[in-house]
Amino acid sequence: MAALLTVFLKEFLENLRDRRTLLSALLFGPLFGPILFGAMVSRMVNQSVGESDEPLRLTVSGREHAPGLIRYLESQRVQIKFESLSEQAARDAVRIGSAQVILIVPEEYGPRFTAALPAPVLLFADSADSQTKRSADRARLLLTGYGSGIAQLRLQVRGLSPLLAMPVAVNEIDVATPTGRAVVVLGFATYFVLFAVLMGGLYLAIDSTAGERERGSLEALLSLPVARGSLVGGKILATCSYMCASLAISLAAFVFVFRFVSLERLGMSANLGPATALAFFAICLPFVPLGAALMTFVASFTRSYREAQTYLTSVLLVPTLPIAFASIYSLKTKSSLMFIPSLSQHLLMTSVLKAEPIALIDVLTSAGSSLALAFVLMLVTARHWRRESMLG
Amino acid sequence: MIEAAALSKRFGTVDAVSEVSFIARNGEITGLLGPNGAGKSTCLRMMYGVLTPGGGCARVDGLDVRGETSAARAHLGVLPHAAGLYDNLTARENIDYFGSLHGMQRAPLNRRTAELARALGMESFIDRRVKGFSQGQRIKVALARALVHDPGNLILDEPTNGLDVMAIRSLRDMLRALKAEGRCILFSSHVMQEVAALCDRVVIIGDGRVLAEGTPEAIREQTGAPSLEEAFLHVLGTPRGFG
Repeated sequence: MAALLTVFLKEFLENLRDRRTLLSALLFGPLFGPILFGAMVSRMVNQSVGESDEPLRLTVSGREHAPGLIRYLESQRVQIKFESLSEQAARDAVRIGSAQVILIVPEEYGPRFTAALPAPVLLFADSADSQTKRSADRARLLLTGYGSGIAQLRLQVRGLSPLLAMPVAVNEIDVATPTGRAVVVLGFATYFVLFAVLMGGLYLAIDSTAGERERGSLEALLSLPVARGSLVGGKILATCSYMCASLAISLAAFVFVFRFVSLERLGMSANLGPATALAFFAICLPFVPLGAALMTFVASFTRSYREAQTYLTSVLLVPTLPIAFASIYSLKTKSSLMFIPSLSQHLLMTSVLKAEPIALIDVLTSAGSSLALAFVLMLVTARHWRRESMLG
Repeated sequence: MIEAAALSKRFGTVDAVSEVSFIARNGEITGLLGPNGAGKSTCLRMMYGVLTPGGGCARVDGLDVRGETSAARAHLGVLPHAAGLYDNLTARENIDYFGSLHGMQRAPLNRRTAELARALGMESFIDRRVKGFSQGQRIKVALARALVHDPGNLILDEPTNGLDVMAIRSLRDMLRALKAEGRCILFSSHVMQEVAALCDRVVIIGDGRVLAEGTPEAIREQTGAPSLEEAFLHVLGTPRGFG
């Protein structure tokens, strides 16, 4: 036990003096997520707010065939650019992007409209482009509105109630709470938190294993009268301490970023205050020894810094797998999922964000399974360190 | 006293060391001499317990390295082939780290470090970070680290490798001083002159076997060669040094 503490203190101090470790563990790792996230969300806010304010731009060909429709569109503040285009020219213009949405009123529109027959118009847009799809949706909505207005007038002229043409009245009720909508966006945040946890220990896990071998200090260390388990334990403990620091810094940065990103303007209420951050810390804490043991285990098999870095970069992606899996199958918080580390932390954090009630048993299962797996990995790592092949 | 009794080790199908026996006595410097790949390092690694012998056993002060590993190691200081230091720690912290892992308490550890700093001439740089140290300074720190728990026996694996002339010289002086204190020193080398200059006894190893053993003079006389170098080549059976 004393040896474990000695190893811990030495690794802690040694890495505190290493600029590379400090930068990655306490600066880049924990701040990468919040900064990227803040930038991403404020861009989304600006974009969506800007778009709904902007008038719809529409290119119209054949205005002379439908003066009534044009007047209606103009009254709806649509910015119309008049051009004379063939169908093929309109198709090409939309495809190359010189126009977003093009409306063509063919010659037959006038006679058919007068005869009260469905009068055709052609609407050109690229639905694969999310930007122009929205414009096309707005144009379609306006055209439908114009059509139903005319229909009602026609019914009234013939002495019929316009209500006859509305057999069903659809009342849409959107149950997404402002917080619920925010969760999609905040889902990224939970991954960034787990990422910060791992980044905090990445260099320490490498330095205390592959680094020890590369420096040539490993053999002297292994020839001491110290149980290998104590060596591994001390090293993993030191890695844990940096991971906790990174987690704390990352959460503080998230709280800070959320003060300045106006999620309310997107119709979401941000729920990441200091209390949520503390809950996140508690939820992620059992994931810390698991990540530390996993990285130390993988790094123990490598011979150099570079090799360790290569393998550990893929370890950084490990927690994304269950989270990606969960979002593809849109898994909801279930007790059986609490046995899966990283996914359970993700689901619990999401629940905290949604302000949903959390079962104590779920928290305990999540913590217990992560800690148990961490313990097993530590034992396996210690066993590897007892092998002769550890000398390399 | 360090003792090898019929030590053997196999890696896969290769016999790295077969039935090596010899004794390194207290107050003597014993040289393990052999060409590269002769099995010197494997032999030493079994003696300080990081490799498990395939057969035979190694003893330090009568303690079986395999059965009583910790006790045997407490009697043994080790300077492995790669004796790297922690660059971000000071010389003192490097030495303290090993002392603490040997279970030494603060006060005796401080006393011992001061003693070693004086004996090895490290006082001017003991509290500086190791990064940027010269080879000579590094070998002193590594040696102090190996001696921090005041072991009666010391194993050094090719300690002069990569050192400049000045560093080799001061290492020799340090080893002679340790010998004068009555310690048992066992070191390996593939450099003939080094062994001739320093050792009381020589064990020549080739192909994982002991080929000759004794004082440098005895080996020379046995083979009838005019110099130890000739005798070395003679026992290896490759007069030109290439087989």
